[in-house]
Amino acid sequence: MDFLRPASWEEALAAKAEHPTAVPIAGGTDVMVEINFDHRRPEYLLDLNRIGDLYEWEVGEESVRLGASVPYTRIMENLRAELPGLALASHTVASPQIRNRGGVGGNLGTASPAGDAHPALLAAGAEVEVESVRGSRRIPIDEFYTGVKRNALAADELIRAVHVKKADGPQQFSKVGTRNAMVIAVCAFGIALHPETRTVRTGIGSAAPTPVRARAAEEFLDAALEEGGFWDNGKIITPSVAKQFAELCSAACNPIDDVRGTASYRRHAVGVMARRTLTWTWESYRGTRRTSEGAA
Amino acid sequence: MPANGAPTKITQGSQTRGGIGESTLRPDSTLKVTGEFAYSSDMWHEDMLWGQILRSTVAHAEIVSIDTSEALAMPGVHAVMTYDDLPTEVRRYGLEIQDTPVLAHGKVRHHGEPVAIVAADHPETARRAAAKIKVEYKELPVITDEASATAPDAILVHENRDDHHIGHVPHPNIVHRQPIVRGNADEAAGRADFVVRGEYSFGMQDQAFLGPESGLAVPEEDGGVHLYIATQWLHSDLRQMAPVLGLPEDKIRMTLAGVGGAFGGREDLSMQIHACLLALRTGKPVKIVYNRFESFFGHVHRHPAKLTYEHGATKDGRLTHVKCRIVLDGGAYASASPAVVGNASSLGIGPYEVDDVDIEAIALYTNNPPCGAMRGFGAVQACFAYEAQMDKLADAVGMDRVEFRQLNAMSQGTIMPTGQPVDSPAPVAELLRRVKAMPMPPERQWESSEGADVRQLPGGLSNTTHGEGVVRGVGYAVGIKNVGFSEGFDDYSTAKVRMEVLAGEPVATVHTAMAEVGQGGVTVHAQIARTELGVAQVTIHPADTQVGSAGSTSASRQTYVTGGAVKNACELVREQVLEIGRRKFGSYHPAWATAELLLEGGKVVTDGGEVLADLVDVLEDEAVEIEAEWRHRPTEPFDLRTGQGNGHVQYSFAAHRAVVEVDTELGLVKVIELACAQDVGKALNPLSVVGQIQGGTTQGLGVAVMEEIVVDPRTAKVKNPSFTDYLIPTILDTPTIPVDVLELADEHAPYGLRGIGEAPTLSSTPAVLAAIRNATGLELPRTPVRPEHLTGQA
Amino acid sequence: MRVNFTVNGRPQEADDVWEGESLLYVLRERLGLPGSKNACEQGECGSCTVRLDGVPVCSCLVAAGQVQGREVVTVEGLADYAKQRAEGGCATGACGSAGTSLDEAKGWQAKGDSQTGEGGELSPIQQAFMDAGAVQCGFCTPGLLVAADEMLERNPNPTDADIREALSGNLCRCTGYEKIMDAVRLAAARQSEGV
Repeated sequence: MDFLRPASWEEALAAKAEHPTAVPIAGGTDVMVEINFDHRRPEYLLDLNRIGDLYEWEVGEESVRLGASVPYTRIMENLRAELPGLALASHTVASPQIRNRGGVGGNLGTASPAGDAHPALLAAGAEVEVESVRGSRRIPIDEFYTGVKRNALAADELIRAVHVKKADGPQQFSKVGTRNAMVIAVCAFGIALHPETRTVRTGIGSAAPTPVRARAAEEFLDAALEEGGFWDNGKIITPSVAKQFAELCSAACNPIDDVRGTASYRRHAVGVMARRTLTWTWESYRGTRRTSEGAA
Repeated sequence: MPANGAPTKITQGSQTRGGIGESTLRPDSTLKVTGEFAYSSDMWHEDMLWGQILRSTVAHAEIVSIDTSEALAMPGVHAVMTYDDLPTEVRRYGLEIQDTPVLAHGKVRHHGEPVAIVAADHPETARRAAAKIKVEYKELPVITDEASATAPDAILVHENRDDHHIGHVPHPNIVHRQPIVRGNADEAAGRADFVVRGEYSFGMQDQAFLGPESGLAVPEEDGGVHLYIATQWLHSDLRQMAPVLGLPEDKIRMTLAGVGGAFGGREDLSMQIHACLLALRTGKPVKIVYNRFESFFGHVHRHPAKLTYEHGATKDGRLTHVKCRIVLDGGAYASASPAVVGNASSLGIGPYEVDDVDIEAIALYTNNPPCGAMRGFGAVQACFAYEAQMDKLADAVGMDRVEFRQLNAMSQGTIMPTGQPVDSPAPVAELLRRVKAMPMPPERQWESSEGADVRQLPGGLSNTTHGEGVVRGVGYAVGIKNVGFSEGFDDYSTAKVRMEVLAGEPVATVHTAMAEVGQGGVTVHAQIARTELGVAQVTIHPADTQVGSAGSTSASRQTYVTGGAVKNACELVREQVLEIGRRKFGSYHPAWATAELLLEGGKVVTDGGEVLADLVDVLEDEAVEIEAEWRHRPTEPFDLRTGQGNGHVQYSFAAHRAVVEVDTELGLVKVIELACAQDVGKALNPLSVVGQIQGGTTQGLGVAVMEEIVVDPRTAKVKNPSFTDYLIPTILDTPTIPVDVLELADEHAPYGLRGIGEAPTLSSTPAVLAAIRNATGLELPRTPVRPEHLTGQA
Repeated sequence: MRVNFTVNGRPQEADDVWEGESLLYVLRERLGLPGSKNACEQGECGSCTVRLDGVPVCSCLVAAGQVQGREVVTVEGLADYAKQRAEGGCATGACGSAGTSLDEAKGWQAKGDSQTGEGGELSPIQQAFMDAGAVQCGFCTPGLLVAADEMLERNPNPTDADIREALSGNLCRCTGYEKIMDAVRLAAARQSEGV
């Protein structure tokens, strides 16, 4: 095994180009487990800890450029307003110690369906900025996950940052685990209301081979909200609408039975979380709407 | 060759305080908070090698061939050993039945069985070498439950059994069977106005002690070996190791290294023999440290169980009879299965008075992971089932669940199903009263001005509910556990106590082989020595095999038995010290001959408080040292047909009230409070007593809602050998645990004390389950209960 | 490979480090600092918690090569670390009123001599763990101490829920956490009253 310690992003790209099998390691919270338990013996470890750029974020007009290695703790503490869904998801990641080390780049690189950031990124809308010595590109989050623990990265590419759309409405994230802390998702759900475009986006974790959006549920809800004039009248969402949204979210799952839970439970739980988080976000939207009307 | 990081002598001193009944601090706690306390995995030696074990990847197979040549040829590898390299003809070991191969021979019987061992100069070299050992398996069908174990064409897990249980078991795939029959349950059933039946199952729990199995074996110049080890019983290890290593016991020196928890999981051998074999083979010190993955294969677990119960009661709520059948899965090797069967059967109806009972308990041999000792030892599984039955029956009768229990509660004088009278306090009804009388935690504690605090709701930080679907439930349970080794076992402890004057101060040194696994035995030994010998300074000598056996740190027995031995040795030392005093000073004061004399505050005093002499002057340069064995009252085996016999030494009782909040839609549980009332006889160290009760309670909570080793029924392979998927409670899963300690002395025990470590683990689980049933209205016949069980999605 | 870094204020060099080794292994097996514990080696128990450039992390999940040039504080250096912080005054600027009064907290304190064994000076959190009976087998203790000390540095007046959240990455199998809660409350109370 070789340990590569690039001091800059350019050196990292060069190293990855020279050794495409090199495994990038940042927080180490996935890679080191595999090494400690003898599940993996990469030829090269490519340490990204020394590349300061990866630990920085920038809040722009439309979106936040989030460095791949910004620890979850920083996201929780500093980006709650801009990225509320991701901040909530970050708070559910493992333990404080892990949140101090791990970042979104690792979740994306591992591309496990159980990664906590995925549903939030899917719901918010995001692009993954990846780069190689050949150049840089942005992969829309919807096209990023290609299979179980597989993603759209080429062998010589590294994840540099994620561009996440700034919240234009309430967002929520919920995750089921069999413990009240430090737990891997049995399944998870993210939702983001986008009042500007009058759309709703979702993300489901751990209930299909990859993180997925519940597109049929989104389309149904977009139509129902439009039809009922909900965005304008700010009415309480009809229980039947919430129910059907929840059912469509359940239907978007393609889960398996495993040691963490049954497929049937995962479908059920995603439905419950979809209904609850829709209620929470919609109530919050109604609240802010009333406040802004009152102010005007 | 002294090993670095060898256990340090612990000295504790105080002025005149620090005797029994006080909450003195642990003598090892400074070292433990500074990181200097040397645990078994911290041992280190110049030039040491690292041992690695190759384990079977399948549960049941014939071994066709093993090829170690490639591994042996690797640079840095010093030894590779298989069954064929074992030094003597004794190649099996076991606590009671010697059925466990040191290394697999011809066959593997469970997933993760040791097949070969390697020593190399770096752990990674050892791992790579182990991976290069080629083992060819021919897989056999797996036996995983009672049906497959006792099928007419079942493969025998152990051919040619010759142990002492084979004569009375109905099938060779049954390790041991214990019926207990008293009165006539069938006839009594006729008097019942209400009968309830239930089938219950209990999942496989892991001890999950945090310090993984580890140790350092150092070869000695005389051809022997010195093992620094974390164990529960040094002398039991020694007895099992010596024949396999081909060494006389006096050539194996054992020193207790720091133990990172045990809970029964260190009662069997793990890496002890392997490390010694490699050290003796290579002539170099060998360290073995399991990682968490291997630890799940490196020790026995709590027996999973299927339990079938029938309870009857009259209209006025009196129990008429109990019938039950308890099937424990012992896995591939016997370990402590026979004794677990003895407990499950003899304590199978709980702390209740019932004259007509028909009980049967068996343990199976299967290809599942071996099961053996874990805190509560057979009594835990039974308590889960009989307490569920008591709730069901109370409901059928139409009585309050606690009152129904109190009405049928045993008390001093009750005759157990084994025919043994209960001859010390058994305050079962009182414990229930106390736990019920504790104030209830307020409702909706999660509500705050800023909305719901998810940390206090089911799901916790995962943000699954802000109060939706949350229903509160309350449940009660009470249990009975035996203390000490039962069924005629010669259960004794040895203590060596020395008294001398050092630097002008009288000092006592207590030397036992007791394994301090965290329970606080060392604290209590110092307290006993202070009380009995009136000294401030007590030194606790490291535990090793240079002194006689202290028995096992299990069965809630150490404070009772080794504590009793320390008390006894102190008394003998005191007599001798007084004898010296009489010789020297007897002529100066008549009280030396006539009064009851005590040692207090470094002085010899009369029971009237008159000071006769300073201990410093009595002892001068003389040291008094006595090593003595001490036994509790003898017990008898249970009759193999009727289960009758005075099998137990002492009983221990605890009651719990659980308050839970369940997210009924998602099936997530938050335990809000787990109150416990326990009779401890006499609290030698109240702070430690409460700590034990809270810790035991939490382990019971774990197996109620999350802890289970999942074994694939098709392959008998373990599916979750990691802390990612075997979950134990975090601080956010654990509620406040108010404890009410009752002290009713047992006149047969030293200071009237009662062994306390296990009882709280029993009733915690059924109390939590009862509370969840109360919140959901579901029957929930198995534990742990998982979200899918609570939502109908299993 | 060779790794140079600072541990508890002292420069350290580890040689012939295998590239797959963790910081935990280097501390324990190469630098003679076994205080950080090897309970799970998968970031699921917190027993190996150390501060890496001030931040609590699981040292089992930090590759040895990643600590080149960085600063690590382990349980062995905790007392000195806390002492320096105290001498530097209120580092966090958050030393306000107490969540739990000292008198209230003393209810959890064990009777008897506090200073036992042959240790040197202890940090407040170490002393509180001893006094409150928060140590049984002690294997989780070093990681909990590092995590709890860091929490009290950030949040000197934690609520019970704050304490539970901050320590939710540290498993304990012996105590049921109640005495650990007591210890942290006690340390917070003593800290805020300047004891």
